[in-house]
Amino acid sequence: MQYDVVIGLEVHAELNTASKVFCSCKNEYSKEPNSNCCPVCVGLPGALPVLNKKAVESTIRAGLALGFEINNTAIFERKNYFYPDLSKAYQISQLEKPICINGHLRVFDKDIPINRIHLEEDAGKLIHEGSKTLIDYNRGGVPLIELVTDALKEPHIETADEAIEFLTKLRQVYIYAGVADCEIEKGQMRADVNISLKPKGSDKFGTKVEMKNLMGFKSIHKAIEYEIERQKEILDDGGVIEQETRKWDFEKGESYTLRNKENAEDYRYFPDPDLLAVNITEADIARIRETLPLTPSQIKDKYMNEFGLSEYDADVILADKNVADFYDECLDIYMQPKSVANWFTTEILARIKGGSAIEVSKENLCWIIKAVDDKKLQRVPAKDLLSEIWGTDLVAEDLAKSKGIMSDLSDDFVFGIVDKIIAEKSDVVAQYKDTQDPKILNFLVGQVMKETRGKANAADVMDRIKDKLK
Amino acid sequence: MDIIKLTAREIREKIIQKELTCVEVVSAFLAQIEKCKEYNALLEVFDDAMDLAREMDKKVSEGFSGKLAGVPVVIKDNILYKGKIMSCASKLLENYVAQYNSTVVDRMLEEGAIIIGRANMDEFAMGSSTENSAFGVTHNPVDYNRVAGGSSGGSACAVALNMCPIALGTDTGGSVRQPASYCGIYGLKPTYGRISRYGVVAYGSSLDQVGVFARNVEDCALMLEVLAGQDCKDETSTNDLVDEYVENCADGVEGITVGVPKEIMDITEGMPSRENLKQFIQFLKDNGVKVVEVSIKDIALSFPAYYIIADSEAASNLARFDGVKYTSRSDSATNLQEIYKKSRSEGFGKEVKNRIMLGNYVLSSGYFDAYYKKALNFRGLLVSQFNEAFQHCDLIIAPTTIGEAYFIGSKPSDPVETYKEDVFTVPINMVQIPSLNIPFGKGENGMPLGMQLMAKKFNENTIFKMAKFIEDKRGQE
Repeated sequence: MQYDVVIGLEVHAELNTASKVFCSCKNEYSKEPNSNCCPVCVGLPGALPVLNKKAVESTIRAGLALGFEINNTAIFERKNYFYPDLSKAYQISQLEKPICINGHLRVFDKDIPINRIHLEEDAGKLIHEGSKTLIDYNRGGVPLIELVTDALKEPHIETADEAIEFLTKLRQVYIYAGVADCEIEKGQMRADVNISLKPKGSDKFGTKVEMKNLMGFKSIHKAIEYEIERQKEILDDGGVIEQETRKWDFEKGESYTLRNKENAEDYRYFPDPDLLAVNITEADIARIRETLPLTPSQIKDKYMNEFGLSEYDADVILADKNVADFYDECLDIYMQPKSVANWFTTEILARIKGGSAIEVSKENLCWIIKAVDDKKLQRVPAKDLLSEIWGTDLVAEDLAKSKGIMSDLSDDFVFGIVDKIIAEKSDVVAQYKDTQDPKILNFLVGQVMKETRGKANAADVMDRIKDKLK
Repeated sequence: MDIIKLTAREIREKIIQKELTCVEVVSAFLAQIEKCKEYNALLEVFDDAMDLAREMDKKVSEGFSGKLAGVPVVIKDNILYKGKIMSCASKLLENYVAQYNSTVVDRMLEEGAIIIGRANMDEFAMGSSTENSAFGVTHNPVDYNRVAGGSSGGSACAVALNMCPIALGTDTGGSVRQPASYCGIYGLKPTYGRISRYGVVAYGSSLDQVGVFARNVEDCALMLEVLAGQDCKDETSTNDLVDEYVENCADGVEGITVGVPKEIMDITEGMPSRENLKQFIQFLKDNGVKVVEVSIKDIALSFPAYYIIADSEAASNLARFDGVKYTSRSDSATNLQEIYKKSRSEGFGKEVKNRIMLGNYVLSSGYFDAYYKKALNFRGLLVSQFNEAFQHCDLIIAPTTIGEAYFIGSKPSDPVETYKEDVFTVPINMVQIPSLNIPFGKGENGMPLGMQLMAKKFNENTIFKMAKFIEDKRGQE
């Protein structure tokens, strides 16, 4: 039987504010367990939360970047459940009035509807040591934004590929908006996925299965495909899908039941009386909107339509915000978008593969690119020059001069050499005239380049030879 | 000079004037505490009290003149004082040592107070007799066989028996005013948000407020001056102006109109407090105070709505006492579920468990709208009815209790019957206005009775003026 797949995503991202969301502890990774805690984030008796306004601003910023409406009144609620990593036995979250409602994100050719983004606090971490379990509350109280897609509305996310594209795009939006670093391996972005299947064309939704604890795009992809297949098999055999929460086992590459409908948690949400309702005025929203940087899709648009980059080049540069920022900085010095992009998509990307830093200054890089464009430096020695200064404080211009690789040759001098080579290689020249074999042409150019120790401009040389041998 | 009978203001004055030393003052009160041990008002007398007194004498000699310089204070055992045990009169927190100072403790210490001990209470402030304390009942200072009231019964008893001139309590539904009434002293519950709740163990967070016990009006006013004001650690504390409460006490009552809700009159039908209320109204009229009738139509419905809200908040607030972190853990627990279940079952007393169960029930899915939401809606309605009544008067009066303190152990077994006795106090917490219990009248057995003076939010000043006026008039009688 054929099925329509409906995938819903709940994505948690840690905000990169300076302090935690309800206390003044630093929002940073601390190695020493329980070293970055206070009475509030450890939930000591009598401690009270005080909202970090910056976290609200970041949430609004994320929402605006995704085209959300911002609620003028937002409310914090308590989500009550027992677990040792949750110091107060309730999580401060938002249910009825989240900060952002009704947004969307373009994934391939679909505008995926998003229900909400709300602000909440992260829990601590359990550390299992043999038969003992220890608790580290350093992460407790770190601000989290939770985004929930609206799987009730069309169009749906229907495949693992689309889900991953959604997450990739979302990650980019958060990073470009400057609200979250989204480092996957640090757990700064995590997703819960729910999946239901229905007979193709049916408007009645199937039973939803939720998969928790998904980290890393590869394992999310795998988990989604596994779950779609699992449900298909059950339905094909005439079985019934149980509403349940499943946990993905990274190592085994399969999922198992965490809890079913009967023992589902009742979180007993109610407004947190310790926190005032948050009033967000239109002026606040306008102020934040003004300082909002371009979104990745807006930048892509600019790259393609204003700068004339190909879609591929634009995507490659935008994929890493550090690269894109550096690209923009280089354009401030040397406004040749296509030429600079060429260097980025080849030379720069090759050198930072695997997460290495960009270790060249924009001044040095732009000097090299411009020198090549101005034909003062040839491409091959230019690339070598880049390699030599990479990771050092050498100055490109000085090094190029001291190495004598600058093209300080006059046209007359180069044309003299061309004439000399044509004269010396008369047999080959005759052969070229008969066959017009481009290999021979290249050979002749090579000879000239050799004579000029690579300093002549190969394209000019070729034109000159062609011209001479017409 | 009988030191223990001095007011807080007199003690401070004499210490600043070098007529007394802190050491003399503190030793006098410690001796009185020792004498009154059998009343079980205090759970602990802090062993550094004398050291702190000596330090304070030195400070005073160097020119320190804080508003509470050398004044001994007792705090209810749900208020955190760094380094001292804070048990909430619960087995679960029997050995819990406070890790930081509450804002109220900080403010008192800044003004030179010497905190000499922690007072008994109903476990987690749930109850109205201290019979729910895990560490025994506090006895009534007037009749040893009767309760001192609660939940801040220990603080009330300590002040009434001169173990200290002033004490802190907390009032979620009457826990300062009711024991003050039973013990025949003043008990102030300020406006919600007037005093920071930071470092005070939460019961019903939208209702809780730190309160003050004293034997005279000006000491109440003095303490409010010290404690009131915005605290950046409590979002619900407000930046409304803190008045010169003490100075303003003497301003007189000209132009102040007192309102008596007719529904309160109706409720007192058949209650011992009815006659006392009538006498109070007569007393006011005789002294030239304008008394008018007002209406708060649904005030009688307050107590069920109150218990829904208070218990919901309590169920969530007390969830952190889970046996995992700082609370005592059941010895027989072998896994996580058992740590939770056994530690909480063994650690919490019966009344606390009742309220946690009730709170979780009304918050659970399917019941939330029927109970919690309805209670919230009612709360809004009650606020507007109070506001309407305050259009016609500056103060509203009501009895504090339905009658005099009852005998220890005589409480009805049906908790709802006990809850009903809070009918005059819980509406005030629901609408978050200030209310002061002033001692007035006696019951049929000669036990003290009290009357409440309530004002609009942040109008404690009006209350103090009237209370001082009444105190002066009655002193002349």
